[in-house]
Amino acid sequence: MFTAERVADEKDWMKGETGDWELIIGLEVHAQVSSNAKLFSGAATEYGAEPNTQVSLVDAGMPGMLPVINEFCVEQAVRTGLGLNAQINLFSRFDRKNYFYVDLPQGYQISQFEHPIVGEGEIEIHPEDGDAVKVGIERLHLEQDAGKSVHDLSDDETYVDLNRSGVALMEIVSKPDMRSPEEASAYVDKLRGIVRALGTCDGDMEKGNLRADVNVSVRRPGGELGTRCEIKNVNSLRFIRQAINHEARRQIEIIEAGGTIDQETRLYDSVKNETRSMRSKEDAHDYRYFPDPDLLPLQLEQSFVDNIKATLPELPDARKARFVEEFGIPAYDAGVLTADKVTGDYYETTAKGRDGKIAANWVMGELFGALNKAGIDLADSPVSAENLGGLLDRIADNTISGKIAKTVFEKMFEGGGSADEIIEREGLKQVTDTGAIEAMVQEALDANPAQVEKAKQNPKLLGFFVGQVMKASGGKANPQAVNQILRAKLGL
Amino acid sequence: MSAPENGVNAETVRKIARLSRLHVAEGRLVPLADELNGILGWIEQLNEVDVDGVEPMTSAVDVSAPLRADQITDGGKRDAVLANAPKSDSGFYVVPRSVE
Repeated sequence: MFTAERVADEKDWMKGETGDWELIIGLEVHAQVSSNAKLFSGAATEYGAEPNTQVSLVDAGMPGMLPVINEFCVEQAVRTGLGLNAQINLFSRFDRKNYFYVDLPQGYQISQFEHPIVGEGEIEIHPEDGDAVKVGIERLHLEQDAGKSVHDLSDDETYVDLNRSGVALMEIVSKPDMRSPEEASAYVDKLRGIVRALGTCDGDMEKGNLRADVNVSVRRPGGELGTRCEIKNVNSLRFIRQAINHEARRQIEIIEAGGTIDQETRLYDSVKNETRSMRSKEDAHDYRYFPDPDLLPLQLEQSFVDNIKATLPELPDARKARFVEEFGIPAYDAGVLTADKVTGDYYETTAKGRDGKIAANWVMGELFGALNKAGIDLADSPVSAENLGGLLDRIADNTISGKIAKTVFEKMFEGGGSADEIIEREGLKQVTDTGAIEAMVQEALDANPAQVEKAKQNPKLLGFFVGQVMKASGGKANPQAVNQILRAKLGL
Repeated sequence: MSAPENGVNAETVRKIARLSRLHVAEGRLVPLADELNGILGWIEQLNEVDVDGVEPMTSAVDVSAPLRADQITDGGKRDAVLANAPKSDSGFYVVPRSVE
């Protein structure tokens, strides 16, 4: 079960009073299936509805109501399993995980304990500050989400909304293969990219559609494993890193002071940046699982799995390798451009049949810069990939210079429209008519006789005249043509 | 009837009762443990049957679970959902506070 004998790089060791410590990290990621209806009922899953308007009597745990499995959710679990290079179990079964909480009306969560739908797999992650690392997947299983408790509407009561109750989740359990906060967040980021590319989960961490429980323990580098603590429901990559850092530090301090770690569930408070104990130890992990008698086992045909396999889209790693190959861009750029599907699609449309490097520079430079500044998502970009591609065409065929292109881009970003329309409307077409340029060059030479003499001695001063002509033309003169004519006139 | 090997004692009954949110009076713990041991012992007899080479039966009928299409066919019945709630407000269930 424990695949990793790997010892962390020294740079990832944590310094304590008594020496170095190594972090052992495993994650359980809950990814909400992007289905219309819930896992076992026909109620809607859409985010943000009025409380309790998307609840069936099944989701409310009413007596006598029977769950029926949503086929689409099964399909997404299998699709995700294939994307994680994992074993698909044709036989799986649903179990009841029993516990009492105000937002769990059934008194149990329907989950998969003994026979999950997906078994072991493996993915490769690319932490920003280190080499690629292989992370084992222990399993993926389907389960229901609970409802939502709201504690701030009353001083002595809790308000409960069951809209989320029964929504399908995929719980993806990693092996304890990560050794630093950065590796843990790179892993979640990679998972997010995979489920988004597959279309099985939207990966929206802000809405809680993808969230992580983090298991952390510490040990002497390469030494005996320590006792782990689980930090529940961490919902951003930054919080994952902070929570791990804090929790590891807490454990090290306890051990170095001669104490021992209690295995327990803790909660991360992002405001105070600390973790604190959540459940009393005696009740923890006694869920009394047993097979749900309301549900027959799930038995899939191999053909069901094969059909899904045949329609798998290209995954981020494969796409990255293809971008490097096909568009000749550096691996780093390809990584950024394939981090999610929308970005990859945008770049590919822009770069297709054009210079891939120039396209990458424009997408990652001008476009990302402008979007960032305006606080707009790429999906809502006022400049479409087609229009950005059209702009690059006009640079390539010398209709406009790279500098004017930035002006065109700004106008595009402000008001939309194609490059051709904007160039035409604003009269930004580059002057390539040598007669007109010659006249402007002559004018500049005549106006600055002293500079002419200097430039003849020192051709580096030519730039002054280029500048004058470009200014006179409003930036529209073709700089190569200006240079050529200048040199001819000065006999250089 | 003798207690089975993994029999329950009063302590186990107390724990299971707490996990199930059942109130069991102190004086009932030992009698309940005895009754449970009786039931467990009776079921234990099944172990006498030789099941070598027999596939574990996971349900009474050998069919796979029926599946339904991913369509919204339910919900939008808040009044019915909240009808039996002792207290509700603004569309929420209202229950005694669950955190400190």
